[in-house]
Amino acid sequence: MKLVAVTSCPTGIAHTYMAAEAIEQAAKDAGHEIHVETQGAAGAEALDPQWIAEADAVIFAADVDVRDKERFAGKPVVSAGVKRGINHAADMVAEAVEKAQAAPDSGPVAPAPAAPAGPRLGPGAKLRLWLMTGVSYMLPFVAAGGILIALAFVFGGAEVANQVNGGEFEGVDYEAITDPTRILDQVGITGVLFYIGGLAFSMLVPILAGFIAFGMADRMGIAPGVVGGLIAVNVGAGFLGGLVAGLLAGAIVMALKLIKADQAFSGIMRIVVIPLVSVFAVGFIMLVLVGKPIATAQTWLTDWLAGLSGVNAVLLGLLLGAMMGFDLGGPVNKVAYLFGVGALASGDFTVMAAVMAAGMVPPLGLALATVVRSKRFSQAERQSGKAAWLLGAFFITEGAIPFAAADPLRVIPSTVVGGAVAGAVSMAFGSTLRAPHGGVWVLPLIGNPGGFIIAILAGTAATCLCAVALKTAWRSKAAETADDQALVAI
Amino acid sequence: MSDLITAELVDLDLTGADRHEATGKLAALLAQAGRVTDVDGFLADVRAREAQMPTGIEGGIGIPHARSAHVTAPSLAFGRSAEGVDFGADDGPADLVFLIAAPAGGASDHMTILASLARKLIHQDFKTALREAPDAAAVAALITNALG
Repeated sequence: MKLVAVTSCPTGIAHTYMAAEAIEQAAKDAGHEIHVETQGAAGAEALDPQWIAEADAVIFAADVDVRDKERFAGKPVVSAGVKRGINHAADMVAEAVEKAQAAPDSGPVAPAPAAPAGPRLGPGAKLRLWLMTGVSYMLPFVAAGGILIALAFVFGGAEVANQVNGGEFEGVDYEAITDPTRILDQVGITGVLFYIGGLAFSMLVPILAGFIAFGMADRMGIAPGVVGGLIAVNVGAGFLGGLVAGLLAGAIVMALKLIKADQAFSGIMRIVVIPLVSVFAVGFIMLVLVGKPIATAQTWLTDWLAGLSGVNAVLLGLLLGAMMGFDLGGPVNKVAYLFGVGALASGDFTVMAAVMAAGMVPPLGLALATVVRSKRFSQAERQSGKAAWLLGAFFITEGAIPFAAADPLRVIPSTVVGGAVAGAVSMAFGSTLRAPHGGVWVLPLIGNPGGFIIAILAGTAATCLCAVALKTAWRSKAAETADDQALVAI
Repeated sequence: MSDLITAELVDLDLTGADRHEATGKLAALLAQAGRVTDVDGFLADVRAREAQMPTGIEGGIGIPHARSAHVTAPSLAFGRSAEGVDFGADDGPADLVFLIAAPAGGASDHMTILASLARKLIHQDFKTALREAPDAAAVAALITNALG
């Protein structure tokens, strides 16, 4: 059997090598071929990617992070502290062999191990690969959160959102629940579904940002990325803010890693300096340089919309719809949505209908596009397309974020166009809506539902056509290379 | 480059109530040989490392070590202790204590020597030979030859 191992310890002058020797001995005694990478002070001689590709199992005997761990993705791994490698090397080897035998087809799973050994990527393809990394880690949150919220609506009615978060629904004023442990008693299981779904959703942007940074700068990127993403959420910057935070965090950590530290100092660099500096820098930029202008812009947009009262209804629908589709839950989308809710409160029900139609269209249109032209989408995107149908149907616009985050320049124009069409058509038919959320589940509360449905169909078709056209006409070889790579990495 | 270890860096009757005392005695040998400039500073670095995770290894071995600015040349002080000194290994006290002193930012050829020493430590015959060596000069020769 063929094995590879990595050993490392805090100082990198003793245990690393003792463990390497012990594991090499144990493996040879047991009749296996092994290569060990010692990540110690004498400089790590990286394992030949060929050995990794051929290895049946991987052993980590390490007290500090194994560097470039993603090289071993998909392999059976036995992992322990460095001392176990020294004292019980034979046991670790036996476990690795056992795992290799238990693993189905553990042979050349990834013949071209991730980025380091792959073909050199151009800057565009790299960017796409980073974004795809972030999206791939975010997807489970979208699926879990979105479906939980949809289920809450199905079983609890659209008012479940207000029962948990407070606010008015259909003339009933609900008080927000302040103690989450009491949701089950006060709202019931549907409230619990909604609450958990909402929490999972609140992690979308932090996870997206954190793992974009991870894709760029390895694990050191996660902390500044996640913190930057949390700030993007808190300042209402949405997923575009998350993209900025993730790329920023990755770039800062990459830059900090370039500083050649004295060997004695390099441990402190990794453990304290890089996390401290990168988290602060990203946090400061997001909070002060990004957050404030966004708040100002939101105020300005809100005032501007308010000043538009009396403008042609179809034009207003077009505008609000475009805003809904622009950043999919981000600041511009929020302004449009709140404008709809405000109109609801003042007795104008047409605006809310236009806003909801436009908010349902982006996930629906992109889901349709993945079916019509599946070749233009990555495998991950085709998978998220399936969930996007459901999310769109329930007015969970965020269902489009995985597509938009992976390819903003082609997807955002499509969702803007689709949203604008849906908003305008809904206004043209004069459809009304008396609920602030719920999607298909509040169809009974919609006046002129036929017109509303036509608006959604038209918007969905527009988004789909636009996305397919842009992805076909403006194909980049870079994106395709990155997608092929991402398939291996994900 | 001077040898990693010489006879004057070997103490075959190492005693110490605990690992800090034993390490201190070996560090004093390094200081006398001029390989450590500031014993207290060096010991503080060793303790900091020891605090992260005890350096005792099963089979009666303790390897306190540090990379420290107070070290002038990569060095090894060796102590043999009849009653043993606890270095936190699971199977009890260590009778072979290796104090490894590496200069901060040492060049990688120094580190390679220390790496090959560390590799030797897990071999039973090497440990047996150290336990049976008759005198300090024999120990120093044994280690130097092993690294040659």
